[in-house]
Amino acid sequence: MKGVSLKIDKGETKVIIGPSGGGKSTLLRCINLLIRPDSGQIFLDGEEITGEHVKLSEVRTEIGFVFQHFNLFMHLNALQNVKLGLTKVKKMSERSAEARALAALQDVGITGDLVNHYPAQLSGGQQQRVGIARALAMEPKVILLDEPTSALDPELIGEVLRVMEHLAESGATMLAVTHEIGFARKVADEIIFMADGVVTESGHPEELFLKPKQSRTKKFLGSITELYGVSREDEN
Amino acid sequence: MAALLSYLPYLLTGFYYTALLTAGGLALGFVIGILLAFAEIYLPAPVRGVAAAIDQVLRGIPLIVMFFLIYFGLPYAGITFPPAVAAALGLGLRSGGYQSQIFRSTLQSIGTGQLEAAQSIGLGRFDAYRHILLPQAIRLSIPAWSNEFTVVLKDTSMAYALGVSELLKQAANIVAITLEPLQIYLVVAAIYLIASLVINRGMNAIYERVKMPGLGGGAN
Repeated sequence: MKGVSLKIDKGETKVIIGPSGGGKSTLLRCINLLIRPDSGQIFLDGEEITGEHVKLSEVRTEIGFVFQHFNLFMHLNALQNVKLGLTKVKKMSERSAEARALAALQDVGITGDLVNHYPAQLSGGQQQRVGIARALAMEPKVILLDEPTSALDPELIGEVLRVMEHLAESGATMLAVTHEIGFARKVADEIIFMADGVVTESGHPEELFLKPKQSRTKKFLGSITELYGVSREDEN
Repeated sequence: MAALLSYLPYLLTGFYYTALLTAGGLALGFVIGILLAFAEIYLPAPVRGVAAAIDQVLRGIPLIVMFFLIYFGLPYAGITFPPAVAAALGLGLRSGGYQSQIFRSTLQSIGTGQLEAAQSIGLGRFDAYRHILLPQAIRLSIPAWSNEFTVVLKDTSMAYALGVSELLKQAANIVAITLEPLQIYLVVAAIYLIASLVINRGMNAIYERVKMPGLGGGAN
């Protein structure tokens, strides 16, 4: 990555798009310090998190991360997956952790007996919603989503997108890497186009999707539209 | 037959030592195995190399040679163990090498995604190992571990060479008196066989109880 600079204000949703290998996931991983950037600075709420004396675990509790392959803890049920960070990291009591975990699961539509299901007993869409609840329960200042729907069967994508839309509308601060153009158009405040490790173009969704300036962006959007057709945009 | 019954208490005493050696060897092997497996996967390159070398040495020396080294050799370096302890140590060291292979492959099958997820919610590396990787690695290792259990059980018979009064040694003593090797050794073989069967069944039952719902088939 070279000279990437971006800023997200509280309550904003920004979407990163671009060809694979372009540095999108790497950028997200740098932001929550899963990868240590070689150089450059990252600030969260005015405080530098790339400094020398920053406690990694403290920074990471303030930055939620949703993974492409969910990465749920396979030996824990949905509720325990969400609760773990609350009891082990935030040191909350069993009771209040459980209450908050259940509330987070409710937010993503995982209710009733489903909370006792283990990851392998849940559909991909349900697993990803648990993944979102796990991030949400920590009450992070910003949520990073790394291609949250790419590993899902087409019929399961909708339920996860609806949760993400609901999140965006309820004022969460989000930075998502996704190819879901419909989602991006509907909720993103800004689209960031990344290729070859640099931000080649960014702007308001309508502006970027309808009048892309760079040829690289045009080419990418062309192939995406070819893949998804125009029907998805018509829905909105 | 009546003679056999009168010797049974001696065999049972022998089996008691066999069981102790098995438990000691497995427990020591478990600790060594887990440590080596984590070191070989998650620690920096130099440590990883040392762990892999230790692992190789533990698996590359015949058990009986290990026994002799510990029991007859170490006293010349000023370290002396009673025979049973020397045997348990040898069994534990060798089993540690094999158990590290078991845990290493299950840890690798879990992959790094869950470790990243654990870190992303703020768990430190050690807590992530403890709360996420270890509980899963142990569950997934049960089928292979149950096999290692029976291997250690059967190899306790090599402690015979150090004069430990385990099952085989007791049987040999009885044979020296009764001069009925066929009968006595058949009984001994049957005891090892039954114990192995019980272990396999038992471990399988445990596996079924603790396995992660929706994942994996039965053991064995």
